[in-house]
Amino acid sequence: MALTTIAANRGAVQGSVAQAIEGRRSDLRGRLFELALAVCLIVSLVVLVLMIYDVLGDGLSVYTERGWDFLNGGLSQSADRAGIAQGIIGSFWIATTVLVVSIPLGIGAAVYLEEYAPRNRLTSFIEINVRNLAGVPSVVYGLLGLAIFVEALGGFVGKSDASHSTLIAAGVTLAVLVLPIVIITTTEAIRAVPNALREGAYGVGATRWEVIRSQVLPYAMPGIVTGGLLAIARAVGEAAPLILVGALTGLAGRSPGLSVSSVLDPSSLTDRFTAMPIIITSWSRLPDPDFRIHNAAAAIIAMLAFVLLVNTFAILLRNRFEKKRAA
Amino acid sequence: MSDGSSSSLVGPGITPGPTAALDLSGDPRRHRRERAMGALFFVAAVGSVVISVAIIWSLFSRGWDFISQASWGDVLTADTWNPRQNMYGLRPLIVATLVVSGVAMIVAVPLGLGAAIYLAEFARPRIRSFLKPILEVLAGVPSVVIAFFALGWIAPHIVGTLFGEEHGRGGSMLAAGIGVGILAIPLVASVSEDAMRAVPNSLREASSGLGARKMHTTLRVVLPAAVSGLVAAFILAVSRAIGETMVVFIAAGAASVGQYSTNPLDSGLTMTAAMASLASGTDSVRGATLAYASLFMVGIFLFFLTLGLNIIGNFFVRRVRQAY
Amino acid sequence: MTDHTVTEPSDAVEDDGPMPQAIEVPEHDRRDPESLPIVFEVRDLAVYYGDFRAVREVNIDVRQHEITAFIGPSGCGKTTVLRCFDRMNDLIPGARPEGTINYHGVPLYGPKVDPVEVRRRIGMVFQKPNPFPKSIYDNVAYGPRLRGRRRKGEMDSLVEESLHKAALWDEVKDRLKDSANGLSGGQQQRLCIARAIATKPDVLLMDEPCSSLDPIATARIEDLMQEIKNEFTIVIVTHNMQQAARVSDATAFFSTEVNPESDRRTGVLVEFDRTETIFSNPSDERTENYITGRFG
Repeated sequence: MALTTIAANRGAVQGSVAQAIEGRRSDLRGRLFELALAVCLIVSLVVLVLMIYDVLGDGLSVYTERGWDFLNGGLSQSADRAGIAQGIIGSFWIATTVLVVSIPLGIGAAVYLEEYAPRNRLTSFIEINVRNLAGVPSVVYGLLGLAIFVEALGGFVGKSDASHSTLIAAGVTLAVLVLPIVIITTTEAIRAVPNALREGAYGVGATRWEVIRSQVLPYAMPGIVTGGLLAIARAVGEAAPLILVGALTGLAGRSPGLSVSSVLDPSSLTDRFTAMPIIITSWSRLPDPDFRIHNAAAAIIAMLAFVLLVNTFAILLRNRFEKKRAA
Repeated sequence: MSDGSSSSLVGPGITPGPTAALDLSGDPRRHRRERAMGALFFVAAVGSVVISVAIIWSLFSRGWDFISQASWGDVLTADTWNPRQNMYGLRPLIVATLVVSGVAMIVAVPLGLGAAIYLAEFARPRIRSFLKPILEVLAGVPSVVIAFFALGWIAPHIVGTLFGEEHGRGGSMLAAGIGVGILAIPLVASVSEDAMRAVPNSLREASSGLGARKMHTTLRVVLPAAVSGLVAAFILAVSRAIGETMVVFIAAGAASVGQYSTNPLDSGLTMTAAMASLASGTDSVRGATLAYASLFMVGIFLFFLTLGLNIIGNFFVRRVRQAY
Repeated sequence: MTDHTVTEPSDAVEDDGPMPQAIEVPEHDRRDPESLPIVFEVRDLAVYYGDFRAVREVNIDVRQHEITAFIGPSGCGKTTVLRCFDRMNDLIPGARPEGTINYHGVPLYGPKVDPVEVRRRIGMVFQKPNPFPKSIYDNVAYGPRLRGRRRKGEMDSLVEESLHKAALWDEVKDRLKDSANGLSGGQQQRLCIARAIATKPDVLLMDEPCSSLDPIATARIEDLMQEIKNEFTIVIVTHNMQQAARVSDATAFFSTEVNPESDRRTGVLVEFDRTETIFSNPSDERTENYITGRFG
């Protein structure tokens, strides 16, 4: 009798345990929560796709109707003659100036901060300063460019000679704007270099510069290149500083057309200029829908193609090297 | 003994024993080169400090004209900003900035935080590696593109649909605010995600071990533990929104005149847009005029406002790193 | 190959007679140590990290063409002292040695001494193998290349010679251009040894070189050390007492003391003597306790 009671009890316990831990498999609230969160992320994807679709919808017709003329033409009052050649030239030189100025300076500053600087107050101050500069609004960099690079070229304070709003002034202004980005990404890339590598090189009698040149920088190069590409893409897309520095928004004189020689002509550095983001901005504010919608979108297509390409390439590069290093 | 000769294979190891001529002082040419490289890098680093000084100098040297000449009573109380008619009311600019930023935060914080929680807590690695780049691509879209989208699509299709066609025809603070919000989503998402990933797994395991479901663990354990980072995300996003120029310049509806209004459906001129419009007017705004100086005065205001926010935000970011 | 014979306890001057044989010390070549010149003369060395004294009162003579071992429990300063010999502690901010280290009679921390010159002459092999992310050839060639270009033939034979000495040549001679990261742990460590000896150093410092290797790889490196010791002077830090007994000619035993106020541990040199003496007839009770496993 007692044995069967025990057996029956055990069965009952087993049953109630099974019921407790096996019941309520579906966690409806939890799954809805997860779905809501995923939707937040999907919205960003949707917005991105929508933007691209909208821009393509508005702007592709310009390319199909005018094609090369649009790329080759200059700024004009009439919508069906206006083109972006001068903008491409301007943006090209801005990108080049950033490449030549910000990247070496940024790498140099980061190398100093990570490899040479002692851990003292001055070093912390410089690092905090860089971080703050990265957060300064781009329009304030425009003020800096206006006050120093534009006016300084004229040697006077407050001189209102518009001819000093040169392309080189704009390029340097943007170089200064993206410099903190280059410094920060290079710093992170250098920090990721394992110390064992440095010790191995020092141990064989390398000097500090030799260790940096032969071990640290090569190892950090993918991260540095990624940072540089992101900085260039950022600089090409910025409009606010260019407005402040006096980019031409209306007409920019005769268009030199779009060719290798016209793009690479360095005399444009000392002229007044326009650039892709400026063209987009001024066309977006015109009442004529052919400018405001179609031409602006077409210009966006050109600029976005470059920016997205460079950004995507930089991200892929970084992901690929991160995977290789982890392996 | 090192003789510095490059073709010598016989190094110190073969030389027997101590000699009086053992010279450990090294090659002076190499020492010079090392010092030169160090100096070069130091100059580059100091350059960043020079830039900060230059910014502050530019702002004040030209803004000072305004600060000393303007009648500050009017500036602080007037309801209109219209430099061409000598009206320099700051209030409409500040209010417009707040309205646009407020709308932007309403858009960016839920979407950005939601995306961050999903990526940090729920997404499987494969999905994560596919979806996270979306935010990075969005972060790389230039603001003029978002501005175009705000004016051309958001205004008619969202503002117009929700509030009536007449409001969707031109720009408005609402349309611009939504655009700025879209711009800020990646920033909110990335800072929040970093903060959540910094929360040690042991906390999640403790909660699960006690029988809590994932939603509960996320909301009651992870988010509170990550709160420093979330605050940082918010503050940095606000700073970004305040400093944004192009979206408001193109899509907020006002050309160069700022009229006081708290209604997001109205047009508005933010501080940044006011600066852009001053600079893109006719060239006569340059020179020693009050209008020119007012440009820098607004710049001073904007600079210190965003600087303050960034310092506070970075302080919270550092607290995230220190806590774990 | 060394012959593992048990040594007789030497003249027992201890109160409690000869101690039980805990460690076997193989028969080393019986050179008179006094005939070997002193490479490092260490007197009253102490090392501070900031205000904290990490190790104190170190007095050691490292003789040429011998293997000197530093043994002792963790945290007693063995590696700290080792890193003083090639000025590697310079890389740690706040590290500060006091006392004297003379290298061939020249003060190692003299005012005009260039640490880079020191490291050319005194090579180091680290605990975890750290080959450069380059080819095997370029790893070995790295050190010599720092001091000038050589003709390819010269460099090739230098690389081959170094890899031979490190007992790695046969395994890699057909793949010198392959990445060093593809080698096994033991091979990587031998590569690091080859890299260190390629600059023809005077001294080779080894910081627990076998601690991350399996016993077979360890045995190969121990054999290697015996083969090359006549060309170099070797100082090795090791956790493994048996290894020290097998391999070294002189041994320094370090231990720790706990500072009662700060509760921090300072390393101290307890005893330095010939290896046979340390392992069969140590003078200090602490040494005896460590050798016989009573603590540490």
